[in-house]
Amino acid sequence: MTGEQTASADALVAARAAARRAELPRAWRLGGLAVVLALACVLPFLLSGFLVFQFTLVLVYAIALLGLNMLTGFNGQISLGHGAFYALGAYTTAIMVDRWHVPYAWTLPAAGVVCLVVGFFFGIPALRLEGIYLALATFALALAVPQILKYFDEWTGGSQGIVLSKPKPPWGLPISADQWLYFLTLAVTIILFVLGWNLLRGRTGRAIMAIRDNPIAAEAMGVNNALYKSLTFGVSACYTGIAGALSALSIAFVAPDTFNIFLSITFLVGIVIGGLGSISGAIFGALFTQFVPNYAQDISKAAPWAIYGIFLILFMYVMPRGVAGALRMLWHLARQRPRG
Amino acid sequence: METFFQQVVSGLATGGIYASLALALVMIYQATDVVNYSQGEMAMFSTYLAWSMLNHGVPYWIAFFATVAIAFVGGVLVQRIIIRPVQNAPVLTIVIVCIGLLTIFNSIAGWIYSYVIQPFPSPFPKEPIKIGQIVFGQHDLGAIGVTLILLALIYVFFRFTSLGLAMRAAAHNPVSARLVGIRVGWMLALGWGMAALIGAVAGMMVAPVIFLEPNMMAGILIYAFASATLGGFTSPGGAVVGGFLVGVIENLAGTYVSFIGTSLKLTVALALIIVVLLVRPSGLFGRAVVHRV
Repeated sequence: MTGEQTASADALVAARAAARRAELPRAWRLGGLAVVLALACVLPFLLSGFLVFQFTLVLVYAIALLGLNMLTGFNGQISLGHGAFYALGAYTTAIMVDRWHVPYAWTLPAAGVVCLVVGFFFGIPALRLEGIYLALATFALALAVPQILKYFDEWTGGSQGIVLSKPKPPWGLPISADQWLYFLTLAVTIILFVLGWNLLRGRTGRAIMAIRDNPIAAEAMGVNNALYKSLTFGVSACYTGIAGALSALSIAFVAPDTFNIFLSITFLVGIVIGGLGSISGAIFGALFTQFVPNYAQDISKAAPWAIYGIFLILFMYVMPRGVAGALRMLWHLARQRPRG
Repeated sequence: METFFQQVVSGLATGGIYASLALALVMIYQATDVVNYSQGEMAMFSTYLAWSMLNHGVPYWIAFFATVAIAFVGGVLVQRIIIRPVQNAPVLTIVIVCIGLLTIFNSIAGWIYSYVIQPFPSPFPKEPIKIGQIVFGQHDLGAIGVTLILLALIYVFFRFTSLGLAMRAAAHNPVSARLVGIRVGWMLALGWGMAALIGAVAGMMVAPVIFLEPNMMAGILIYAFASATLGGFTSPGGAVVGGFLVGVIENLAGTYVSFIGTSLKLTVALALIIVVLLVRPSGLFGRAVVHRV
């Protein structure tokens, strides 16, 4: 081994160590994750039924936000239309359960596959669009959803929607329907987050982010931009669709007007508040999406959305890179201070 | 044939409204590179101001110009106070702040003025004019006239005044503009003020037709987006032509294509947006944005 090689190997080790120091140590991360998971498991036994239901929705939003974050945060394609895929997933489940009497567990993968395919094909024309133009096209998609759902009323039940019954806990488990739904959603959330983390940390994830940062350089390195962008669109739609399917099961009701443009806007707000391009950001964003409108309602009954708007603007002033970005910065500051 | 012409005429009338809001959108986009999602709500709020002045017995045209002036100052203040702190943040952060503004304006209007639908007076006579078998509403003609006058004023402002030139320079190349002594920050604020002004005019022209309520602009804004996309986000004149075209297409499709009727009218506008973006992303009159690599 020549001296030069050892030197470069040393430099590499030093660089890796520096990179590791910039992030949270592995033990801290795993510990934090274990605490969060343990908390998530005991939560439904400590809270009332309605709060359990609300936390189920937090998990559902977290899945949808992770899906949107893959597209917007990691791949750089802005979508104001993910409510459309959420609606597609929800209606896939509702129609399969209500009309065809399919067991509800099978409808989740079905909703995912339907949204994957539709998202992939919507992603192909979206390839030609960038920035605000893509935002506009997807905005149009989200707006059209309630009208289209009402138009096919033979399938969708028109503006009346479809009423489902909440699934009962299987195998005679001694828990309530709300608690069962919570654990089902939690299991799906964990599976999807692990899959998403695996997808984003490896070769595929690097390609997805390279396209966001510099499409030309990515192409020059041999990344097939068109394929990766449409695939990301598909996977993102798939996540959001599964979230929609879970929401249909837990709310036990779907109606066209709940899938309005504000749902899509809420998703976008959620990922920006949580932190673009961050997996944990999806969870912070989901908590914001579920609870801040309620707090706004508590502060002012007369104009709750004005309070919500003020919260939004203040959040953006204080944490322009979202909660995850702010935490990362705080950790960085805490690391640097002791050294002076 | 008469139905056809009648539909074209009423299409042009609604098109005038889309055109004026599309114009406001294009103005802000031109002057600041931001698509302002709160544009419609700002217009709605200005219209409510005009409405309360009219209720207190202020004559129409005085209320009109007072509202326009307030809207201009309001637009400048919104940019200086709320948008400026995040001016250099990522685009999505600005979008979220605009969405925050949207919910604030909407909610405060509902709080102060309630969500009850209110009639809004038109400055033009009620009796329609008849030419042959075709009926022209005087308000529609008036609204189209106001839009065209506004467009002419904007054209003259940007083309022939030094302030207009400074604003174009600030939007086109902020760094160089600052180096030759243009106060870029204030030019951006002026852009917001002018867009708020145009929005206020649009609001007062549309309110007699669709009535006044806090959510009145949601539907109109979509058509304005469609118009701006069709005409091109880089061309104010194109946005106006796009507005008229969208109005006519919407009406004709609703009349002659049986499965669309009234229930899928909105979907037509959206299909239009997507088709235009796919076939000619820069719009009919816009110029393609060229990237330097």
